[in-house]
Amino acid sequence: MIERLETLTSGELPAANELRSLTEDVRALYEDVARQLDDDLVEQFPDFFIDDCSYQVVSRENFAEGLPQATIYCDGIAMVRDRVIALRQTQVYVPRTWRHFISGVRVMAVVDGQLHVRANFMITEAMSDQDPTLFLVGQYLGILVNIDGRLKFRQHLAVYDNHHVRRSLIVPV
Amino acid sequence: MEERLNTAVNDRVWPKEGWSRVPFWVYTDPDLYKRELDLFFYGRSWNYVALECEIPEKGSFKRSWIGERQVVVVRGENDAVHIWENRCAHRGARLCWKNKGKEESFTCPYHQWNFALDGKLQGVPLKRGVLKKGGMPTDFDNATHSLTKLQVHVENGTIWASFHSNPPLFSEYSGPQVMQAIHRHFPGRKLKLLGYNRQLIPSNWKLYIENLKDPYHATLLHSFLITFGLWRADTQSESLPTVSGHSLMMSRNVGKKKTDVNDGMTRFKDSLELHDKDSVTPLREFDDGQVVAITHFPSVVVHQQANTFGMRHIIPKGIDSFELAWTFFGYEDDSQEMTRLRIRHANLYGPAGYVAMEDGEVLSESQAGAHHADAFNAVLEMGGRDVEPQDHMVTEVLIRAFYKHYREAMGL
Repeated sequence: MIERLETLTSGELPAANELRSLTEDVRALYEDVARQLDDDLVEQFPDFFIDDCSYQVVSRENFAEGLPQATIYCDGIAMVRDRVIALRQTQVYVPRTWRHFISGVRVMAVVDGQLHVRANFMITEAMSDQDPTLFLVGQYLGILVNIDGRLKFRQHLAVYDNHHVRRSLIVPV
Repeated sequence: MEERLNTAVNDRVWPKEGWSRVPFWVYTDPDLYKRELDLFFYGRSWNYVALECEIPEKGSFKRSWIGERQVVVVRGENDAVHIWENRCAHRGARLCWKNKGKEESFTCPYHQWNFALDGKLQGVPLKRGVLKKGGMPTDFDNATHSLTKLQVHVENGTIWASFHSNPPLFSEYSGPQVMQAIHRHFPGRKLKLLGYNRQLIPSNWKLYIENLKDPYHATLLHSFLITFGLWRADTQSESLPTVSGHSLMMSRNVGKKKTDVNDGMTRFKDSLELHDKDSVTPLREFDDGQVVAITHFPSVVVHQQANTFGMRHIIPKGIDSFELAWTFFGYEDDSQEMTRLRIRHANLYGPAGYVAMEDGEVLSESQAGAHHADAFNAVLEMGGRDVEPQDHMVTEVLIRAFYKHYREAMGL
């Protein structure tokens, strides 16, 4: 599939208590993914997606213009798994430490059992012999579904504000 | 023990071995960098700036770069393309404040001088003064205050610019072999924009030029390429230096195959399979089955690999940094299936590319290594010591040929 699904920015929402609880669950999802990525546990990354999923790390430039190509482009769970394989088996890169900072988690709409959510992310990067720098900043736009009591991604977009990616983007965002 | 200072304090003298050596001051000397900008980017050359499909309608525009100077590429009347420097003719402010858009004319936000799509000055507010006071002198002639216009050349959907008032013919500057390769990728079919990717790589811009003149590293560093047969050392290939610092690298997509050659490569993963086979299985697009990379000096590399096409625009940002601006494209008449593959194969490239990510890494580390190493040189003897075309990829001939051209042009 070539087009991105539209992440709603407004719509039906449940009552306040349920919304609060849902928001907590969404925040926990994003933070769990981030913690595992930061701890180099990338093998578990595909578990957060349903099979018929979409995962993209995409520039605001492409996103705003509706251009289909993305910096990391995964159409289906197979391509998410391939990102992990390539990272472990073929990619050559200087080791470094990344750290996610996530805020502003919001549920924007709940429609047909799908949660339309957004959050802000910021990632710092520290090379082994240098201090941390700001690496990537942007917005998560997600469409989540509940599978057996667990939230999973139907679509997981990381739309980054950066005009440039500095040097390389090695790990999923 | 011979003692050697890091810094070469004398005038820049090329090592006696000639083009099989590159002194590291070439990547770190700020005066040389300024001369390179003037000579190669702002001089009598052609620079890639945009694709026609990026400015489809009258008034469409896109900001772009030549060296460190920003230009605006505009679709004018009757499909004409105009390119002018993003600097108001009045007091020098950048007047175009958006990366892409559509305008009927361009008005500088500062004093609202208004310019036509082709850069001619159309209007100066308060030109005749107010209440009989002020205004421009009577001999002020709009016609002599247009924006700095560049020469434009359009070649089958690609747009090129020159700051020089009398550049060579584009075909002469490119040479016949590069022109043939350009027409192979741009046969006159309308192009379709698929997306942009931008990287800021902390290395001297020339290291990227050299990267696409270095097929030797491709088969050793880029495990993904050789593992999935997209580029291999034992495939029929050519390394072709041409005029003006340009070059071509040609190979073939042959698929996974274990041979003696791969046995010797520590990074070949024989048993590695991807879950999504389409990601590394191209639809055959060219009868010749070739994969061709064009390096068009100084501004751009054009890639064609699997089913992905891209313009890789090289934009220097200081002596030790450059922007690599990727523009991925296909053809308007591509099938849905081809477009789907083109977007998938773009995963090879860009800052997170299965292949390209590693280039960003080694270039950054190369620049770090060149730091404070003026008295030392890179050694380029793979494939011999000459600069003639070769029918294989186990060579650094393209880099030697490039520095032959560089030295002649720079007077080194």
